[in-house]
Amino acid sequence: MTNREKLTMAQALNRALRDAMAEDETVVVFGEDVGQLGGVFRITDGLTAEFGEQRCFDTPLAESGIVGVAVGMAMNGMRPVVEMQFDAFSYPAFEQVASHVAKMRNRTRGRVGLPMVIRIPYGGGIGGVEHHSDSSEAYFAHTPGLHVVVPSTVADAYGLLRAAIASPDPVVFFEPKKLYWSKEEVDVTQAVPPIGTAVVRRAGTDATLIAYGPAVPVALDAAAVAAQEGRSLAVVDVRSLVPFDDETVCQAVRATGRAVVVAEASGFASVASEIAARVTERCFHSLAAPVRRVSGLDIPYPPPKYEGFHLPTVDRILDAVDDLQWEEG
Amino acid sequence: MTADPMRLLPSRAPVVLIDAQGEPRPHETYALPSDDELVAAYAGLVAARRLNDQASVLVRQGRLAVYPSSHGQEACQVAAARVLADDDWLFPTYRDTAAIVARGVDPVQALTLLRGDWHCGYDPYEHRVAPQATPLATQLPHAVGVALAARMRGESTVVLALCGDGATSEGDFHEALNFAAVLRAPVVFFVQNNQYAISVPLARQTAAPSLAHKGVGYGVPGEQVDGNDVAALLAVLGAAVERARSGEGPQLVEAHTYRVAAHTNADDAARYRADDEVKAWLARDPIIRLESYLTRRGALTPEKISAATEQADRLAEAMREGLSRDEAANPADLFAHVYASPTPQLDEQARMVADELEREAEV
Ligand SMILES: Cc1ncc(C[n+]2csc(CCOP(=O)(O)OP(=O)(O)O)c2C)c(N)n1
Ligand SMILES: [Mg+2]
Repeated sequence: MTNREKLTMAQALNRALRDAMAEDETVVVFGEDVGQLGGVFRITDGLTAEFGEQRCFDTPLAESGIVGVAVGMAMNGMRPVVEMQFDAFSYPAFEQVASHVAKMRNRTRGRVGLPMVIRIPYGGGIGGVEHHSDSSEAYFAHTPGLHVVVPSTVADAYGLLRAAIASPDPVVFFEPKKLYWSKEEVDVTQAVPPIGTAVVRRAGTDATLIAYGPAVPVALDAAAVAAQEGRSLAVVDVRSLVPFDDETVCQAVRATGRAVVVAEASGFASVASEIAARVTERCFHSLAAPVRRVSGLDIPYPPPKYEGFHLPTVDRILDAVDDLQWEEG
Repeated sequence: MTADPMRLLPSRAPVVLIDAQGEPRPHETYALPSDDELVAAYAGLVAARRLNDQASVLVRQGRLAVYPSSHGQEACQVAAARVLADDDWLFPTYRDTAAIVARGVDPVQALTLLRGDWHCGYDPYEHRVAPQATPLATQLPHAVGVALAARMRGESTVVLALCGDGATSEGDFHEALNFAAVLRAPVVFFVQNNQYAISVPLARQTAAPSLAHKGVGYGVPGEQVDGNDVAALLAVLGAAVERARSGEGPQLVEAHTYRVAAHTNADDAARYRADDEVKAWLARDPIIRLESYLTRRGALTPEKISAATEQADRLAEAMREGLSRDEAANPADLFAHVYASPTPQLDEQARMVADELEREAEV
């Protein structure tokens, strides 16, 4: 029997929350506008109606308070899933995340774990005005004690969110806003991908593109164009930034001997930089060229009119691939 | 919206039930605790004072890395612990070791943080005492979350969350009170106003008439109390805890007290305050006034005083003994609790450190 149905990423996330809440009454959802309205992106649509005010509720407008209250709930037997309304609006909560969410298990020698999820709609490409398009994953990925995941497909959105909610550790869950309305035929009853695994989205023999979140479809487009031009590019979807799947990524790089890391965030001191460094350290003898990065520019996220210059494009990726010291001829 | 905003206002002056001379002062709202309760509190005060004195000595001997003393604030420490039931929670700061020990945590475990052996040395679930918080006011939203989770399960748990006067300027103080009020969380926010945040006096933290008045803005009733009068503290905090337990929501209590010692042993208080000020507060010592009140009533006999002293002696002895034993650091611990199960990257780093140690041992 198959359970395939056509869902958007937004619907798959909503389904994941609903299924988790139905299975486990300690799962509670709260944040700004997540109740009656269902969230500004409708990810929590219908949860209050189905599970009641106790299980899905609006809070005062205070991100530090939201995350701090979630810490207390997680200390006391609940599995809170909180929503930050937009990437840049999670910053008020950063102290709670860095000082408590990430450290509680360690500071108590494993006695107090925090099974909680912080959902952050993130990234650009939606024409958002200032403060609505940041890629803030590096701040969190740099903080030991957090898991950080980013789905790029509808199926992974469901599976990773279920895994995040089931995790005994805190997970920062980045939702690529640009992909909320992407559609896929999926079977959500299929196995949940464990946090910590990357996946090869496209096989290839000449070079490997390593991407995550909203950069994955762009990398796949680049690979399709390259194929027409006679170059075979593999595409790896990292999807779990922490823990990082060195094995899958390095295997894919060794197979081709060339790599380009693609990500939306500014490149300096970024997750893309970390990936490039890890791949170089581990695959040096298999590499025919230095690992290249195609990332956002090192600028504050630009206004909608300029987004096209900032975000990785197919052309920019293919230019980087062209740069990988191919033998003449 | 609350019908009567006046209901939220604290008393005009801090509630006093036993004054600095040890005289009882009748109060229209709060009754004096029983003699038995006060004799027990007296023993608690003597123990807390001894804990502070002993810890300061241990710092000088290099047995503790640092100690933020609650000398002068012992009445607050003891009352905070005594008004809670076993199923309640206490959320302490770095300055509240005496309250933690008064709640039943082993003193050596309680001092793990300040000894530098680990961050939190006790099991927070054993006595329902959260880890001591250092980032100011950040523990207050946690207290709200713990209270809400308990209420969702229909438990009657109350959470008492401590913070200092300086911490009331932090955003998390505001956010926690607001959340607690809106969501009716059973939390008592207990501010020990010891007049200073390191060197900065209260006047630089607030222009409010009192810190207790800050509750009004959130719809949280405020009360202010003489923080060196354990009788008043027991009455006021006890009423706040019972009010929260009965479902009436959070309360804010400000205790006016004084940090007699420097901020920590590393601080030089002479740079920012006069000796006369300290002397004036020493005259309001929490132990002396209770001793004279209870002695005059015949409730505190010489036997009971020496019983309290002996109990404090044993506590100090346990601290000296426990802190004289040095356990070797085990570097594997560094990787064991970052996650429920270590990432492959942490495993790799753990192997690197283990390998370094092995090679060191070989030379
Ligand atoms: C967020 C934050 N900022 C600064 C500090 C450094 N700091 C430690 S204690 C302290 C003073 C706090 O004063 P108060 O809240 O009155 O508590 P007290 O030390 O008097 O008990 C400061 C500034 C800190 N721990 N956390
Ligand atoms: Mg202070």
